[in-house]
Amino acid sequence: MEYLNAFITGGIICALSQILIDKTKLTPARILVSYVVLGVILQGFGLYQNIVDFGGAGATVPLLGFGYSLAKGAAAGVAEKGLLGAFTGGVSGAAGGIAAAIVFGCLFALLSRPADKSGN
Amino acid sequence: MNLTKSEYERLYQKKSPDSPLWKDMLWAGLIGGAICTVGQLVSNFYKGRGLDTDGAAAATAITMVFLGALLTGLHLYDKLAKHAGAGTIVPITGFANAIVSPAMEFKSEGLVLGMAAKLFVIAGPVLVYGISASVIYGLLLFWMGG
Amino acid sequence: MAKRLGKRTIAFQQPPAIMASAAIVGEKEGQGPLGQFFDVVSQDSHFGQKSWELAESEMQKQTIALAVEKAGLQMTDLDCILAGDLLNQCIGSSLASVEAHLPYLGLYGACSTMAQGLALGAALIDGGAIRKAAAAASSHFCSAERQYRFPLAYGGQRPPTAQWTATAAGAAILAKGGSKIRITHAIFGEMVDMGVKDANNMGSAMAPSACDTLEHLFEDTHTQPTDYDRILTGDLAAVGADLLVTLLRKDGIDITPVYSDCGSLLYGSEQDTHAGGSGCGCSAAVVCGHILRDMEQGTLHKVIFAGTGALMSPTSLQQGQSIAGICHAVVLERAN
Repeated sequence: MEYLNAFITGGIICALSQILIDKTKLTPARILVSYVVLGVILQGFGLYQNIVDFGGAGATVPLLGFGYSLAKGAAAGVAEKGLLGAFTGGVSGAAGGIAAAIVFGCLFALLSRPADKSGN
Repeated sequence: MNLTKSEYERLYQKKSPDSPLWKDMLWAGLIGGAICTVGQLVSNFYKGRGLDTDGAAAATAITMVFLGALLTGLHLYDKLAKHAGAGTIVPITGFANAIVSPAMEFKSEGLVLGMAAKLFVIAGPVLVYGISASVIYGLLLFWMGG
Repeated sequence: MAKRLGKRTIAFQQPPAIMASAAIVGEKEGQGPLGQFFDVVSQDSHFGQKSWELAESEMQKQTIALAVEKAGLQMTDLDCILAGDLLNQCIGSSLASVEAHLPYLGLYGACSTMAQGLALGAALIDGGAIRKAAAAASSHFCSAERQYRFPLAYGGQRPPTAQWTATAAGAAILAKGGSKIRITHAIFGEMVDMGVKDANNMGSAMAPSACDTLEHLFEDTHTQPTDYDRILTGDLAAVGADLLVTLLRKDGIDITPVYSDCGSLLYGSEQDTHAGGSGCGCSAAVVCGHILRDMEQGTLHKVIFAGTGALMSPTSLQQGQSIAGICHAVVLERAN
């Protein structure tokens, strides 16, 4: 059941984003930025947790979930370390994903060769 | 040709075909949903190995980023994305793709000013605004709580 | 000496000849409907080079060398190379000819570059400034993508109005005589900006300039579309070509019986190029590989080649500037 919930939640989020891509002139980068910030805001009002409770990875894997983990980290940071935590909490909440992106980014860039995609 | 800019805008908008919205949305939903289902599998795997919620979430993020980077390195992610659109852009695997693809592309300009400097050329704004928003949220929490 | 005709058109008194031409394309272009007309279809889109920019240079270099060879000349017989591409500072063409040790003029007219080169070369020759010249243009899908859009491995989606930058190069050898195919007229167009800001809709940005230049040409030469066997624009693609026909029809001109567009000719509909081809190399290869060959064989006698370019840069687009179109044209005629 939780797999179905993940599929439905993630699918709906992605399908709605497709409307933004097709119907507005927003570039993907702008959409992603909006999503991350929206994730922070939604969690800030305590709303996104409900979506995560229902959809699991369907809510955390889309970039809204990245914003969610940033906000969640910030809240935990403040509770634990006060003002300092406001600065360190968010990034530590999302540190795994960011560090992985940097390391794997470089790794695969080093291993791969640019290939033409005009052939397909 | 006696057309004003706004008259011409109406004309070319009419002549320009729209993206096939329903088809695009269907693809985006299916592929995006499938990626999230894989995420759920990965998350359950880590929880089964005894990680707590936060630990499993971080491990899942790392694994999904790895998978996105791997598919990008194999030149498969862009082929999937051609159909999936938002379904491959919005999940965290798309974030990985946005980081790995410029690193691969600009490696030819060197490992420092090419690969490393261009790493965040597409995905950087996500971190800039995401982290800034989290700090603002943290500050608000601190002041309201204190 | 060339003569000014009407408001814009240049009529050559001793029309310069196109001695020979050559076209080299990539694999995808070779698989398109015109594949058989190109001299070389390269299976290696790297052209044996380590970067896409060098690959494009190598392709252009080989195309010029092949055209010179087909004309029965040596590189040293040329007085000048006029060449252009889409890369920043026109570096693709510079690197292609840096070892030629010949006078060189780098041109930038976006996708209108081939027409620009032919027109300029013809004017220089008819004016007596030079005797023989090579005009060339190239584009490479991979070098253009990384400069104008996204990294190749980035997962983006193109709207149906987007055009596909051709991996292709074309070159023509111009001389005072030596061939039946001549450039009788040339017209340099003005930039027309109708406020289009969408880089994924360049056909719409370029169509008004093509309309403007063609109308001037018809008026200056007192001709009409049916006086020509073929009117060829490069590279408006599906959306732009449709718009051009509509715009001209509003002014009472019907080009449909003789009209075709390089961007629409280069790829088949199943090749998933959306609206069609673009890039300097698209019209260069279609004209140098396909059209000039048909003229040589006598199936075409009088052709307008109107190259169209979208004048913009990634910076200008990000700063919110609209895309101006430009269209230069030459009239090609086969003497009987």
